[in-house]
Amino acid sequence: MNETVQPNSFRTGPDEQGMFGIFGGRFVAETLMPLILDLERHWNEAKDDPEFKAELSALSNYYAGRPSKLYFAEGLTRHLGGAKVYFKREDLNHTGSHKINNCLGQILLAKRMGKKRIIAETGAGQHGVASATVSARFGFPCVVYMGATDVERQKPNVFRMKLLGAEVKPVSAGHGTLKDAMNEALRDWVTNVEDTYYLIGTAAGPHPYPELVREFQSVIGSEARAQMLELEGRLPDAIIAAVGGGSNAIGLFHPFLDDKDVRIIGVEAGGRGLDGIEHCASMNAGRPGVLHGNRTYLLQNEDGQILDGHSISAGLDYPGVGPEHSWLRDTGRVEYVPILDDEALEAFKLTTKVEGIIPALESAHAIAQAVKLAPTMGKDQIIVVNLSGRGDKDVHTVAGMMGMEI
Amino acid sequence: MTDTRIDRRMAKIKAEGRPALVTYFMGGDPNYETSLKVMQALPKAGADIIELGMPFSDPMADGPAIQAAGLRALKSGQTLAKTLKMAREFRKTDDETPIVMMGYYNPIYIYGVDRFLADAKQSGIDGLIVVDLPPEMDNELCVPAIKAGINFIRLATPTTDDKRLPKVLENTSGFVYYVSMTGITGSALANTAKVSDAVKRIKAHTDLPVCVGFGVKTAEQARTIGASADGVVVGTAIVNAIANVLGPNGEHTADPAEAVVTLVNGLAQGVRAARLETA
Repeated sequence: MNETVQPNSFRTGPDEQGMFGIFGGRFVAETLMPLILDLERHWNEAKDDPEFKAELSALSNYYAGRPSKLYFAEGLTRHLGGAKVYFKREDLNHTGSHKINNCLGQILLAKRMGKKRIIAETGAGQHGVASATVSARFGFPCVVYMGATDVERQKPNVFRMKLLGAEVKPVSAGHGTLKDAMNEALRDWVTNVEDTYYLIGTAAGPHPYPELVREFQSVIGSEARAQMLELEGRLPDAIIAAVGGGSNAIGLFHPFLDDKDVRIIGVEAGGRGLDGIEHCASMNAGRPGVLHGNRTYLLQNEDGQILDGHSISAGLDYPGVGPEHSWLRDTGRVEYVPILDDEALEAFKLTTKVEGIIPALESAHAIAQAVKLAPTMGKDQIIVVNLSGRGDKDVHTVAGMMGMEI
Repeated sequence: MTDTRIDRRMAKIKAEGRPALVTYFMGGDPNYETSLKVMQALPKAGADIIELGMPFSDPMADGPAIQAAGLRALKSGQTLAKTLKMAREFRKTDDETPIVMMGYYNPIYIYGVDRFLADAKQSGIDGLIVVDLPPEMDNELCVPAIKAGINFIRLATPTTDDKRLPKVLENTSGFVYYVSMTGITGSALANTAKVSDAVKRIKAHTDLPVCVGFGVKTAEQARTIGASADGVVVGTAIVNAIANVLGPNGEHTADPAEAVVTLVNGLAQGVRAARLETA
């Protein structure tokens, strides 16, 4: 483990070089570098521009349906018999997940920069759908790169993207998952630098993406914190979110990072177990390396070649993680734990049964951790779980796991 | 920094009044032994500088041909240690031809920067091109490489404007690699007149030789680009020459080294003809 000095605040990163400790940075080809500096300049202007903030806020409210509710999951709480479990209902957003928060912010940036074309990568298809949605809304042509394996297991989302006017390009390199889609999106970007905006879906990639995605997603944690104070008059004892690239997690966590009494838990995809390579738990079983523009924990072999990993959930099927999570791991502020495919599937079924909510398989990983944790806590204690997306897209996968045809 | 093999070779070629032929191939493609033979055949075929590709699982700036070459190499068990070993083998019979290792940062980072530079120096490596290390990340590898006496060769691109060029050139040595287009390796060659203007623009900022790569596949293109550049880099065409003599299971249908020699012979004639009309 890397030695990291404990900061006075966990909320001040990244530094001017885009680093969170040793993580982050700008590891990109020279062709992209001027573009990334330009993006940083526009982002720095936009984030302090009242007009930009007002436009984003209006879209968030009237278009995406924010604020999302903080819902007391009474059925699940009763079933678990311990701490009170709340869901932050990002599944109720327009397009069905937290991804819209980031997409609305970035499409406004793209517009501000005078770009003419949007590209995006997607794993589960939630970011692809959100990108296609905002592209439709603002009149941009949109190309979504998606691993061929994911195109197969997320058919409903592929169709939604096409309906929304996006072109979905299947990527068959590697295992045909999110990592390969991101490589291909970067190749498109390097080819079409002049007119294209790369709408990255997670809090990873070269600086300033990890920062700006976090800022657009922090609305989750800011709302949850205020809603909890209003509902319970105090902060929660623990907050939990699933971590693939980690955008919904950093969005929930960031506003709570300096609330030292709040335990923060990120859930990685444990897949079929951490012994082999069939998981995506980069922070539990990987080591720091450089991929996709940033230094972060990665699944890799001893020669520095990136491994593909595995998760039942396409949205968590990524061998890396956002750099701020890597830093939060090393500082010890956030705990990162693995949840297995089977545990996530059980949580998926349980939530559907006792709450009447079908969660995304990604979110089911976070719920599974609450299922473990809540019974060990007192009834006067509180857990907030980020219900990052709805599970309609996953019913084919789940049916397959249950041996059913639909 | 003292004179390196690259500096000496570039000076010699300049004296000959022609551009240099810089040849890229992927170390370990399709396997170690064959790839070593390709490398050993390059100088006699007319290559002036060798770019030795380090395979990486996720080559973000490479087109399908070099992606596939990297995967073939990795599948055959190539590692960074083996790529260095290949250079050492080559040096047993050739102590003159400059070797530039080209690839991505992560395998070097995992190998350990200090250990890598020591082993590279000892293996007869003269320069490094690392695609995902822009000047903003110079402290990672560029500055230590210069200290170790290894040239760090920077990519300049059509998006590198005059304002940014000095930053890109600051720690560059050996030569400047001008990427002829915004795109990935193996794409169609850009407008050659634009490339010529770009080379002039860069030369206004530096005395270093400027070599042009990305998209150069034929002797004719090498001749055209070589009319204005100090060197011409050919990669994908060489990688394709190897791929074309491989069967579906990686077996050779003809000798890959011979296929490369035939191609490089033609390219070498191309660069030697480059200055005839303009001279």
